[in-house]
Amino acid sequence: MRLLCPNCGERDVREFYYQSTAGALIRPDLDAGEVVWDNYLHNRDNPAGKTEDLWYHEAGCNAWIVVIRNTVSHEVLDAELAADKRRDTEAKK
Amino acid sequence: MRFSGFGILKQGLTGNKGWTAHWRNQKPKEAYDVVIIGGGGHGLATAYYLAKNHGLNNIAVLEKGHLGGGNIGRNTTIVRANYMMPGNSEFYSHSLKLWEGMEQDLNFNTMHSQRGQVALFHSEAQRDTAVRRANAIINQGDDAELLSKGQLRKMLPYLNYDSARFPIYGGIIQKRAGTARHDAVAWGYARGADSRGVDLIQNCEVTGIDIQSGQVKSVQTTQGAIWAKKVAIVVAGRSSLVAGMAGMRLPIESHVLQAFVTEGLKACVDKVISFGMGHFYISQSDKGGLVFGGNLDYYSSYASRGNLPMKEHVMEAAMALMPMIGKAKVLRSWGGIMDMTPDGSPIIDKTDVDGLYLNCGWCYGGFKAVPGSGYSFAHLIATDNHHGPAAGFRLDRFRTGYGLMDEEGTGAQHNLH
Repeated sequence: MRLLCPNCGERDVREFYYQSTAGALIRPDLDAGEVVWDNYLHNRDNPAGKTEDLWYHEAGCNAWIVVIRNTVSHEVLDAELAADKRRDTEAKK
Repeated sequence: MRFSGFGILKQGLTGNKGWTAHWRNQKPKEAYDVVIIGGGGHGLATAYYLAKNHGLNNIAVLEKGHLGGGNIGRNTTIVRANYMMPGNSEFYSHSLKLWEGMEQDLNFNTMHSQRGQVALFHSEAQRDTAVRRANAIINQGDDAELLSKGQLRKMLPYLNYDSARFPIYGGIIQKRAGTARHDAVAWGYARGADSRGVDLIQNCEVTGIDIQSGQVKSVQTTQGAIWAKKVAIVVAGRSSLVAGMAGMRLPIESHVLQAFVTEGLKACVDKVISFGMGHFYISQSDKGGLVFGGNLDYYSSYASRGNLPMKEHVMEAAMALMPMIGKAKVLRSWGGIMDMTPDGSPIIDKTDVDGLYLNCGWCYGGFKAVPGSGYSFAHLIATDNHHGPAAGFRLDRFRTGYGLMDEEGTGAQHNLH
């Protein structure tokens, strides 16, 4: 599997560290309560198909990126910087 | 039909024409007391123990493909009870005892072989940890013995003992651990459940779960709607998708775990061996293939196949531990889809929906758990009470933080197991 880095282009998956679903970028408020935080920390959509994951380009440009990928075919569809993704998400709120 | 030595001799002498099907191929009825979603090892064992221990017989097992076509047919067949954490330890201990009586109980040859499992250590610090684990196993009532380097050399002369990087200091052996024929376990439970009146329904995919006023009512399937008083989800590998039909979001990420088998070789590896540096373990099948595996690929996946980096890691670990393996040719490799929970331990619990039960999150350890999981899940479904040995496998432990079973000591967080 080769991942797409917005800075470096297509690179070997060995260069990246997998963190979790990109949902991790949208943190609940500190006082959102136990149920919301449990849902954020532990529960997952876990789709079979298109997914958005958070990866760290550890052996490359050191950027945190969001990769859009298919979990069934391992096809990599798109990628953007996690910082951009977070800014766009917060702008939509 | 009961198997016996005399029966096999008779069939052998009469052209093997008298064998009959091991189970009926049923069409679904309109309603059942219990519908089990998933005809894998755990689902079939659950049906078997519901019928055998609790006297229920109006049960259906719904399988979207063929019986035993999922992870029960895609694992590396190792059976052991060498866990340390309270919650896990008593469960796997119970499961191993059920393994030891399984062939007689099912009247089916599951080729269960207690050939022993050796877990190696490679430093003094690792020896301390291994001894601590061995003591925990002994306290649970199971067996574990410390082996010196000298004893190991006699037992497993082909390992690389004096590697500069990974010298072998010794190991822990559990003699009651071993392997079994994975498909036969599914077939044995299927046959046992069928003979007690359970309907095994294949090519029947569940497409919806109907809930009214917090109570499960029926399931929608590709063979029509089926009413059910109780519904049990036991579909490790697809748990998030099926639980999603009931509006649940589970603490599970699906990951791919690879395994490998070589061409058939003469008998040479007569134990299960686990490397202590890097993730690698190996055994030899009765056909002669060396069966081995390593760690997760470490990204969410439903692909049933892995990528090159983990293949390379496993082969490197194999060469470091057992240089003679370089002469063998890998015949095939495959991937299984693991239900990974944050703490690496499973879930057998009720849900917020009345009549809906959940069995999932077996991570990379589901095969050895098949009998214990079926036994305890059947108890929960039939009585609405948690069964002692599996009482720790609660769904809410991540929210409360109480009773986490982090066997590896890496933290109760996704992507660390």
